[in-house]
Amino acid sequence: MPANRFNAFTDYGIGLGLRVPHYAHILERKPLVDWFEIISENFMVDGGRPLQVLDRILEQYRVVQHGVSMYFGSADKPDRAHLRKLKTLVKRTKTPWLSDHLCWGSIDGTYTHDLLPMPYTFSAARRTAEKIRQVRDYLEVPICVENVSSYAEFHVSEMTEWEFLREVVERADCGILLDVNNIYVSSQNHNFDPYDYLRGVPPERVGQIHIAGHTRFEKYLLDTHDHPVLDPVWKLYARATQLCGVSATLLEWDDRIPSFGEVHREALKAKKFIGGARTHQSQSKASEPRRARRDAKVMSAP
Amino acid sequence: MKAVRPIGLKPPPRHAPRRLRTDADLRALQRLMTHALVQPLRPNDEVAPRFHAGRPMAEVVGEFIKPNDRLTAVERLQIYAHSYWSRLIDCVYDDAPGLRALLGEKKFSALVRAYLAKYPSRSFTLRNLCSRLPQFIREEPRWTAPDPARAHAVARFEWAQTVAFDGEARAVLTPEDLAGRPPAKLRLALQPYVSLLVLAWPVDDYVIAVKQRDALRDEASHAVDHGPRASTGKRVARPRRGRVNVVVHRYRERLFYKRLSAPAFKILAALAAGQSVARAVAAGGRGVTPAAVQEWFATWMELGWFCRRQAGRANRDKSRSIKPEA
Repeated sequence: MPANRFNAFTDYGIGLGLRVPHYAHILERKPLVDWFEIISENFMVDGGRPLQVLDRILEQYRVVQHGVSMYFGSADKPDRAHLRKLKTLVKRTKTPWLSDHLCWGSIDGTYTHDLLPMPYTFSAARRTAEKIRQVRDYLEVPICVENVSSYAEFHVSEMTEWEFLREVVERADCGILLDVNNIYVSSQNHNFDPYDYLRGVPPERVGQIHIAGHTRFEKYLLDTHDHPVLDPVWKLYARATQLCGVSATLLEWDDRIPSFGEVHREALKAKKFIGGARTHQSQSKASEPRRARRDAKVMSAP
Repeated sequence: MKAVRPIGLKPPPRHAPRRLRTDADLRALQRLMTHALVQPLRPNDEVAPRFHAGRPMAEVVGEFIKPNDRLTAVERLQIYAHSYWSRLIDCVYDDAPGLRALLGEKKFSALVRAYLAKYPSRSFTLRNLCSRLPQFIREEPRWTAPDPARAHAVARFEWAQTVAFDGEARAVLTPEDLAGRPPAKLRLALQPYVSLLVLAWPVDDYVIAVKQRDALRDEASHAVDHGPRASTGKRVARPRRGRVNVVVHRYRERLFYKRLSAPAFKILAALAAGQSVARAVAAGGRGVTPAAVQEWFATWMELGWFCRRQAGRANRDKSRSIKPEA
C-alpha cells in the first residue's frame, strides 16, 4: 500500500534521516531529496539553533517526524509535558504521519534512552495499544509503530514478535513502520525466519519502511546504523515491497556518518529493489476488475 | 563501585512475575530490568555479579530473560547494559568537555559513572542529562577532590551553555514597551536562556581554550568521527582563582559568554530576582553613573535579554544560580 490512511495517503518516495553533519550541505546546496525524517526529540526544544535549522529545512523539504522516546510499551502513562512539546512540533512540521517504536524504555519516570524489547503477551499488547490510541487522539495525526531490533527474549512471552505486532496495531488501529533491517537482526539473534515475519505483517497497515546497516559480532548482530545496507536486508526489502507495496522508504545512518552524497546514493539503491514490487503492483491492479467480477459471481451463486 | 540506589527509581520486586496478566505485572518486569541495566558495570565492563540484596545477577536475570544457543540470559542483558552506559557516558563527554579536561580522563570517567548511578535520566531527552551534575559534585565532593569547588564552577558553566543553546526565548522587550513606565514600578524578566554566573575562577576562558584545542585536534586528524571519548591530547592550563561575573547567553542562535563589571552584574541579578528597575539600579552601588546604567541597559536590550514578565509563572528562576562557589 504505497499510500494509505496510516501515511495520510502520501507517496513520499525515498527519504533520508536529517543529521547534524549534513546540515551545512543541505542548507547551502539544497540537494534534491524526496523527504527528510527528523528525530522528534532533537527538535522538541524551546528555542535556539535546532528550531532555526528546522524552519529552514521546512521551507524547502517535506519532513516526517520519527520519535525515540514515546515508549508505547512502557507501563507508565504518557507524559503530559512530553506530549505537549510533541504536539507543538507536529504543528510546526505538519508531519503527515508520526512514527515511534514498539518498545519500552522508561519506568517510574526514569529513562534508559534505549529501545527495549516487549514481553509478547496479550496484556502488554492491550496496554500498548491503549497508549498508542491515547497519543494519536491527543496529537491528531496518524501513527505508525516501528518494530525494533532485539537481543533478548522474555520467558513470559505468549506469541511471536510478528503476532504481537499484529495484535497491537489491530487493537490500536494504527500503522506500521516496517524496519526490515530490524527484522533481519532479530531473526539472526532469535533464530527465526525473517520471511515468516514478513508474511505475518498485515500489509495494508504498512505506512513506511526503514532500511539500515548492522554489525555482525561473534554471537549476535547489532543494529548499529553505521554501515551501508547489507545484501540480506536488501533482499528482505525487495520482498517486503512485493508484499506491502512501495511505501515511503527511509535509510537510517546514524553513526560514522559519511558525506551527504554517499548516504543519498545508498538510499537511492532502494530503487533497484522495488522494481519487482512496482511490476507486481501494476499486475495486481490490472487483475483487480477480473477478480472483483469473479468474487461477485461467487457471491451471487445459490 | 559501591552500589547506590538510583534517585527516582522505585525499588525492584523480589522476583520477576511468572505471567503478565495485569499492568502491575508489566510494571514489575520493567522495573526489575531497569534496575539491572542501571547498576554500574564492573571495571571490565561486565554487569555486576550481584543484584540488590546480594542475589546473584545470573539468578535474577534468568528469571525473566531466556538464554539462547549462543548467549546466557546475563550475556543478553549485558548487550543492553553496555548500550545504556555507553550512550549516557558519551552524552556527558559531549556536554562537559571542560570538566573532563579539568579532572583528567580517569577521574572524569569515575565521576560520570558515579553521577549516572545516582542520577539516572529523568527526562525524555538526553539534553537534560547533565542538569544535576553541579548538584552531584556538591553532594559528593570526593569524586572531584582535591578541588571540588573548581569542578563545580566548570559544571555550572557547562550546564548554562546547554540552557543557552536551546532554552526558551520569549518575546523581546522593545523600547516602546518601556516608554512612560516609572522605574519604581517597572519590573523586567530575563530570557529563560540567559544564565548569570558569579564564578570564583575564569572558567569561561578555560572552556573556550579546551574547545579550541579539541577543534584543532579534529581538524588535524581529518577523521569523520572520533567518538566523544577519544584522547584529548595537549593539556590546557587550569584556571587560576579570580572572580568573574559571566552571563551565558545566545545571540542570533550562537552561544556567547559576556563578562560584566560587578555593579552591572548586581543590577542584572536584582532584575532577575524580581526587583523593580529603580531598586535594581540602586543595588548597583553608589559609584554607578546614570550614563553607565543607560549604556548597560542599551546593550542588554540590543542583545534581547529582557522579555515580558509572565503572569502566573515564576519569573524568579532559581536555576540561574548566581552565587559563587565556596
